[in-house]
Amino acid sequence: MALTPPEQRLWWKEPLHGMEILWISIAFLWGLVMFGMMIYWHAAGDQNLSNEAYRIHKEEFVKRTEAMVAKYKVREVGDTGVPVVRPPAGSEVYMIGRQFEWWPVLEFQKGKSYRLHLSATDVQHGFSLQPENINLQIHPGYEMVITITPTRTGTFGVVCNEYCGLGHHQMTGRVIVVDK
Amino acid sequence: MAVAGTAAAPAAGAKGWNYRVCLETGLHVDLAAQKLIKVNAFVAVVFLAIGGLFGLLVALTRWQAVHLLDAELFYLALTAHGADVLLFWIIFFEMALLYFASAVLLNSRLATPKMAWLGFWLMLIGALVANVAVLQGDSSVMFTSYVPLKAAPHFYLGLILFAVGVLIGCFVFFGTLVIAKEEGTYDGSIPLVTFGALTAAIIAVFTIASGAIILIPTFLWSIGLISEIDPLVYKVVWWGLGHSSQQINMAAMVSVWYAIAAMTVGAKPLSEKVSRTAFLLYILFLQLASAHHLLVEPGVSSEWKIFNTSYALYLAVLGSMIHGMSIPGAIEAAQRRNGFVKGAFEWLRKAPWGNPAFSSMFMSLVFFGFLGGISGVVMGTEQINILVHNTLYVPGHFHGTVVAGTTLAFMGMTYAVVPLIWQREIVWKGLAKWQPYLFGFGAAGISIFMMGSGIVGVARRHWDINFADATLKFDYAPIAHLMLGLNGLAAILAAIGGVAFILIVVMSIFFGAKRDAEAVKASPTVTAGTPVAHTGSEATLKLPGTIILVSVFFLTFILYYFVNWKFLSDVWPLR
Repeated sequence: MALTPPEQRLWWKEPLHGMEILWISIAFLWGLVMFGMMIYWHAAGDQNLSNEAYRIHKEEFVKRTEAMVAKYKVREVGDTGVPVVRPPAGSEVYMIGRQFEWWPVLEFQKGKSYRLHLSATDVQHGFSLQPENINLQIHPGYEMVITITPTRTGTFGVVCNEYCGLGHHQMTGRVIVVDK
Repeated sequence: MAVAGTAAAPAAGAKGWNYRVCLETGLHVDLAAQKLIKVNAFVAVVFLAIGGLFGLLVALTRWQAVHLLDAELFYLALTAHGADVLLFWIIFFEMALLYFASAVLLNSRLATPKMAWLGFWLMLIGALVANVAVLQGDSSVMFTSYVPLKAAPHFYLGLILFAVGVLIGCFVFFGTLVIAKEEGTYDGSIPLVTFGALTAAIIAVFTIASGAIILIPTFLWSIGLISEIDPLVYKVVWWGLGHSSQQINMAAMVSVWYAIAAMTVGAKPLSEKVSRTAFLLYILFLQLASAHHLLVEPGVSSEWKIFNTSYALYLAVLGSMIHGMSIPGAIEAAQRRNGFVKGAFEWLRKAPWGNPAFSSMFMSLVFFGFLGGISGVVMGTEQINILVHNTLYVPGHFHGTVVAGTTLAFMGMTYAVVPLIWQREIVWKGLAKWQPYLFGFGAAGISIFMMGSGIVGVARRHWDINFADATLKFDYAPIAHLMLGLNGLAAILAAIGGVAFILIVVMSIFFGAKRDAEAVKASPTVTAGTPVAHTGSEATLKLPGTIILVSVFFLTFILYYFVNWKFLSDVWPLR
């Protein structure tokens, strides 16, 4: 039994039974299929993260974001003072994650693509676009760039889903997608 | 057992180590090892009680209708919960298992008991120091303590001391294997359970190396000697500790499955060669799993992610799938020899479901595979991770592996270890019979409902899903509230099972009836298996039940895997 030394001293010479060989082969092939799926999706799927990332100083990222806000701000959200920015399709778009907000609010056009730059200025944050359910990890000092193409209109929440301090649960943001 | 009465024992006795002869197995149990097994297992159970309580508080806070703790206490409780159960409960218990699998099973004396005690005290002091740091309130950085969030220096120091203690324990284990071999206390190769424990100990060594590489600089950073730690480098190396330590648990848990199957129904591995090779795959490939936590990170290439997250072509998953067949197969083969040969499933229906060791083990096997295993592979797929990263799906997954899997298996092992090592009867047999079901179904519920709320996007480590204090309001789908309510109920069920376990164990080791030769004869803990054919594989018996079980598992796996790709294909295009 499993609690005593193997009954056959030369246990590595035991013959394998057909059922074992069959299951090991199936499990191995299934592993290859799953491995291949990830590569296949890079070729044929629409949801792949770019490997585009840069090291960036926090101040520099804030500066770029503020420049974008100054240029494309269209209004504020109610009386919160949070700017809503409507950048042109195809442009470079920035969002900062910091204790405890995602800033600013972005307004996109459905079906158009945007190069979204994400970075944090203090600790790590989790960019969680809901209910679309796109979840990315955002690091301070690293700028992540993804090209995103909204396919549904509406107001989407951005939640922070990486614990970032005692105000973590207050940290939200917003992405608005309109028809035109 | 075959080793009873080997010639080595008197010689060893003459060398001056103290042992008793086990009434059940005839093994010579080193008293120093026995004492170490007792203290490590006892301290483990104490940390299970503390960490479990914190877990219940967390679940009752996330249940929005109850919302028990305030935000600050919630994040404190969550940090304590992670450290106390994921590290301290499980690893103290694993130390007990290492000493059991080496000294006791090999019929040997323990190497350097004094060093083992040093390791024990370092672990205990470290665990207490880390707990104090968390309870003081300025170290609510979660179990992962991602920089640049900063905890109090003694939080890191506690973890470092604990890790050094664990390392010492691993080397005592290795030393014992060497002594046993030198002194010829057993014949041939080490038993499969010891082989599994060896796997766990080897993984533990490089896991702790990763921990040292990152926690020591982090400690120096927390006291101001280092100015900055790169958050991405921290994550890559920290998860060499964080994820790999779960692989220690997995190797230890699989060993426990084999051990309990052997003790309760006399199961013998279908094939020693296959089972040992599967363990070997763990050693070679599990360490790559650090990548599971870096799939949506900036600055990591897709090639790196794909190779590492799949453990190089899913070879570690292959190891688990092998165990997933060979353990039920071994049980079926043993039960068929025991005379339960009708149909495909008489062996399973008439298994000893009233024996808490057996029921814990079998539920652990099923829950680990179906809940923790499948979900882990699916969410560890590079692109699918976008859907679930840092949502409650992640804790849902690892409560399937570590709670419904490992913790339940270790509970089952405790029901076997108390009679063997403490030589006491388990008290309250009626309650003990039900305990694994209470805890097991509770834990499975926790796993399922957290995964459910993760699928609708609910963030993990989050105090308020209503976002009452946020400037920009947001609501999750209403089903999130239902899921978290059910999660709270499941946590209560698991807590009842957990309290029952702790009471049974504590009452048994202090007040259980002493087991003398007659008691052992009346209710043996170790069922001697019927002698089996010595040549060829155990699988020469027909095992239709196992084939059906494995097929159901495999079809579920395939279906669930592709359903998630379908979900992903509906998300906004990203590139």
